[in-house]
Amino acid sequence: MAMSDFNLPLSGSWGVRISGISKKYGETQALSNISFHVNKGELFGLIGPDGAGKTTLFRILTTLLLADKGIASVNGLDVVKQYREIRNIAGYMPGKFSLYQDLSVQENLDFFANVFNTSIEENYDLIRDIYIQIEPFKNRKAGKLSGGMKQKLALCCALIHKPLVLFLDEPTTGVDPVSRKEFWEILKRLKQENISILVSTPYMDEATLCDRIALIQSGKILSIATPEQIIKEYPQKLFAIRTENNYHLLKQLRKDPQVNSVYIFGEYLHVTFKDDVPNIEAKEITPSVEDCFIQLME
Amino acid sequence: MIIGLPVIQLLILPWAATFEQRNISLGVIDNDRGAYSRQLIDKVVSSGFFRLTDYSGSYDQALKTIENDKADLILEIPAHFENNFVRHQQTDVMLSVNAVNGQKAGLGAAYLGQIIAEFNQNVIREQGVQLDRINLIQTTPYFKYNKEMNYRNFMVPGILVMLLTLIGGVLSAMNIVKEKEIGTIEQINVTPIPKYIFILAKLIPFIIIGLVLLTIGLFIAWLVYGLFPAGNVLLVYLFAFFYLIAFTGAGLVISTYSNTQQQAMFTAVFFMIIFFLLSGLFTPVSSMPEWVQTVTIFNPLRYFVEVIRLIFMKGSQLTDILPQLGAIIGFGVFFNTWAIVNYKKTG
Repeated sequence: MAMSDFNLPLSGSWGVRISGISKKYGETQALSNISFHVNKGELFGLIGPDGAGKTTLFRILTTLLLADKGIASVNGLDVVKQYREIRNIAGYMPGKFSLYQDLSVQENLDFFANVFNTSIEENYDLIRDIYIQIEPFKNRKAGKLSGGMKQKLALCCALIHKPLVLFLDEPTTGVDPVSRKEFWEILKRLKQENISILVSTPYMDEATLCDRIALIQSGKILSIATPEQIIKEYPQKLFAIRTENNYHLLKQLRKDPQVNSVYIFGEYLHVTFKDDVPNIEAKEITPSVEDCFIQLME
Repeated sequence: MIIGLPVIQLLILPWAATFEQRNISLGVIDNDRGAYSRQLIDKVVSSGFFRLTDYSGSYDQALKTIENDKADLILEIPAHFENNFVRHQQTDVMLSVNAVNGQKAGLGAAYLGQIIAEFNQNVIREQGVQLDRINLIQTTPYFKYNKEMNYRNFMVPGILVMLLTLIGGVLSAMNIVKEKEIGTIEQINVTPIPKYIFILAKLIPFIIIGLVLLTIGLFIAWLVYGLFPAGNVLLVYLFAFFYLIAFTGAGLVISTYSNTQQQAMFTAVFFMIIFFLLSGLFTPVSSMPEWVQTVTIFNPLRYFVEVIRLIFMKGSQLTDILPQLGAIIGFGVFFNTWAIVNYKKTG
């Protein structure tokens, strides 16, 4: 997958094309040889823990940072040579809330509409569904909004110029479960507007909501596929075990030479075995993306 | 706040920033206790510069008052002061000065010396000695452009400059850094706004605030201190305009290099102090060592302090201040270009 991506031409009908991108901060290799693409109108998830390199990749794609090696394009535009054009067609929502906290909701929207030479009215259709949720607070200062509201406002501001590609860096981090769910509903609707979306998240449960996902760890891509495919590719049978004393069981299983891997997963222990037929009776379960991630990390 | 605080400064600072020394504590040891010694002490106290805080019997006792900070200066009048003075036409008094506060001590000693010299002349005159034989030279200075040599007349315009510098330099230094800290700069950087527009957008509000403040300051100078520029007031505005551009630019340069407001604040204050001390606001540039004078050429503050005093007191015309105006425009171009170049949008 990664190799075939490498040979694709940069221009063409891709929302985002990344080819062999590497970036080093001093001694730390933040990204090493990253290649993938996002189709037009695709919701692509970048799944990985904190420090995996997600934000670095976003900053390269949004023309805020130059990569050491490799090439990347956004909607067919080169991130280095055509950065000005990209800034007109890309929407970016940084991981940290980056709107003017001392401006009101309405003022922030007006300001960013102005910056992009447009007006709220012009693109109101695109943001209407989100905006009506925050409209009751439109005179409140952005800094005084709740976490979920802030994210909705930030999304509105990122959408105000009708971008073709949307970059969302951990939009749901620190947001309550209900708002998170609403947020993903919004993303699904945006996809129907043919906007290519690259979204990053540390939450594995959100991965299944994406069309395709890339699992990223320590600056390297572990796997790229649809969530279903990634789950299907899980190499072993996975079992969930539970006793009254999970910790004791965990220690016992770690000692067992038959056991391939065992880790705590909520109330259960998830276990895989080296040989396919262990002499115990247990219920087989379907691995989640998180199981896949843990397996790929090893 | 941005307007109120500088106004308060303008109301308070000129009263504090005077170089005249008043209320110098004086201790006296009068070993003579004659009519002349009393006259001398009266004359010293009535000059208004001194406050008699101690009257000791011995030098040792008087020295203690210096140690306790009760006296800055001790005047010791020897025994047989009057006698020696009248008979031998000659006597000594001793001055002991507490030099912890150098300025106070130096000026105090000088004042006292002057008073004693005057006293001396009066006594000689009283004694009927022929004055032409002693050959006294009396000088009466005439202070041009500031007849009464009023310190406020040249401190108030200087403090106006200081306030504009604070607005232009420190506030602008905080500004971009604040956006960096909060993260709003990321959001701006992904927009198609070119960097010179961004810098310009940062510059203009500070120039407007600065000019509003200048107007308020000029009013205060006029209402409270009765000062009005002898020259054209528009010239002050013209110079202030370019000055604000230059200093806001300098502040923006600082903020493009700093990552936190603390860093920016420290750097700004560091330069401000150097600029203030080397501006001629408090001490004349011409009395600085030569190499320091060379350094002041690179101090934008120096030019404005010079110019505002010229316009206020001497009534200078545009042609008189052209060199300074040229220098300040040069600074403006230099700092703002630096700020734009260093504010890298592409990373």
